[in-house]
Amino acid sequence: MTFLVGNGGGFSGDRVDAPIPVVRSLMARGLPAAMFFETLGERTVALAQLERRRDPELGYEPMLERLLEPILADCFRARIPILGNFGAANPPAAARLVARLALRLGLPDLKIAVVGGDDVMGSIALDQLPVHEADGSIDTKSARLVAANAYIGAEPLVEALRLGADVVVAGRTSDPALAIAPLVHHFGWSFEDWEKLAVGAACGHLLECGSQVTGGVFWDPGFKDIPDPANIGFPIAEVTAEGGLIITKPEDTGGIVDLRTIKEQLLYELHDPAHYITPDVVLDISGCHVEQLGKDRVAIHGLRGHPRPETLKVTASFEGSWLGEGEVSVAGPNALARARATADVLLRRLEMRQLGVRARVDLIGVASVLDSDDGALWRGYEGPEPPEVRIRLAAEGADRDNVDQAAREVLAMLCCGTAGTGGARWRLTPRILTRSYLVLRERVPTSVMVRSAREMVG
Amino acid sequence: MSETREVPLHAVAHARAGDKGNRSNISLIPYDAALYPLLAAQVTEARVLALFAHRGATRCTRYDLPELQAFNFVIDDVLEGGVNGSLNLDGHGKTQSFRLLSLTVTIPA
Repeated sequence: MTFLVGNGGGFSGDRVDAPIPVVRSLMARGLPAAMFFETLGERTVALAQLERRRDPELGYEPMLERLLEPILADCFRARIPILGNFGAANPPAAARLVARLALRLGLPDLKIAVVGGDDVMGSIALDQLPVHEADGSIDTKSARLVAANAYIGAEPLVEALRLGADVVVAGRTSDPALAIAPLVHHFGWSFEDWEKLAVGAACGHLLECGSQVTGGVFWDPGFKDIPDPANIGFPIAEVTAEGGLIITKPEDTGGIVDLRTIKEQLLYELHDPAHYITPDVVLDISGCHVEQLGKDRVAIHGLRGHPRPETLKVTASFEGSWLGEGEVSVAGPNALARARATADVLLRRLEMRQLGVRARVDLIGVASVLDSDDGALWRGYEGPEPPEVRIRLAAEGADRDNVDQAAREVLAMLCCGTAGTGGARWRLTPRILTRSYLVLRERVPTSVMVRSAREMVG
Repeated sequence: MSETREVPLHAVAHARAGDKGNRSNISLIPYDAALYPLLAAQVTEARVLALFAHRGATRCTRYDLPELQAFNFVIDDVLEGGVNGSLNLDGHGKTQSFRLLSLTVTIPA
């Protein structure tokens, strides 16, 4: 018996109409199925926490209603549960939004689960935990904590499904847990069956970034072409009780599933391929191989699993410094010389005014994203004259006003700059710094509450 | 002796970059599995580290996946602080896969 797992979103900001063809495909196939959404990046929860401070009814995925409205009634009637970490910093408020949406759609009996426990800001003293991932830039003694969330595993999500939830609203979970949970619930897999959990983790890992396994981040015109990139189908996994795993996509969509897309996504954000750590299992893809079974259908074989770690990862976010950015353009004859002169003058101005910021200049169109902070690539550039160059200054510092002043130096180039300088934009944004810790899993108790839409807001 | 030619990796392989903190991982996958040994011999940790030296990379580890016919390069301290601290427009380093694909290899003509 095959179970289908569909993905409707791979990050906060993904295409909002993506879930529609996935749900249509799941319903047409008539097999037991679940949908999941992964909308919570490393920093998203901290930004959501700031949002919640401004308004206690906010702090969840801002596109939640747009994502669910077209599919909620169909999923409810077809018994396709929806799981997501779209609760972000405020799962109860997200659940109330889902409940109001359900009432509006005439689904008062839709059951909504709120999964809690990931938010450990008030319950765990971070300074007593071993640091997992950090860089030297964070002085956590003085930095103000914004959010601290544990990456919880699939167990409370399974509990929510067991209690009959049609929509499971979580905050921070491990991404693969969102796919592991419906599989464990449907097949009754044990939480100590590492080989099966490894299949679930690989399923989640391959699907969690949505279109990245069906042609997104993949297409390279003339080299890796995909059909209809404006309409890439989001992925569907076919999983069997024995641990078979096939990745496919809705038939009436663009994009592609082949050995190349699967290999790229299998290794995405992986370090040691033999040790991909999740809260539920350590996934080992070092011996796996892939097989094209047909058009847009690829099987993954040879996955291995090892026992889960005793610890969970907690990511803490701190209020950081300020980032100021400014940009202007030059174009036409002698653009490169004018761009270089603009860059040098901007850096000289910051020095003259002693603003005490760390700064960098990019020559967009010559070298920027591949360059280093000291501009090694654009300074050494000896290629042809570019038709246009956009000059970008980025400055960072603890003092908001100094950073703002640095960014405004770019604006001043509209009048003080080289001939034909135009198109100025500048902005100032607060930075969020993150640091990860390891905590024993028993110190992170989770909770599950299930209510019908009517009970929740009726 | 057979003829050879020098091409950018982009002509014979594809890649994808991801990040964790100040560390980048870039997969490298030959279009033709027959080129796997050739890439294993030529796309060394030292060459890849040198490619990212201007950004302060300190270490490069290559994981070989012969069953998958793919490589995974893990490059430390290459993201100028990563999304936490980078002044780069692309703090995640998603574009760095194409820096790797600009590296040249010598293949049979």
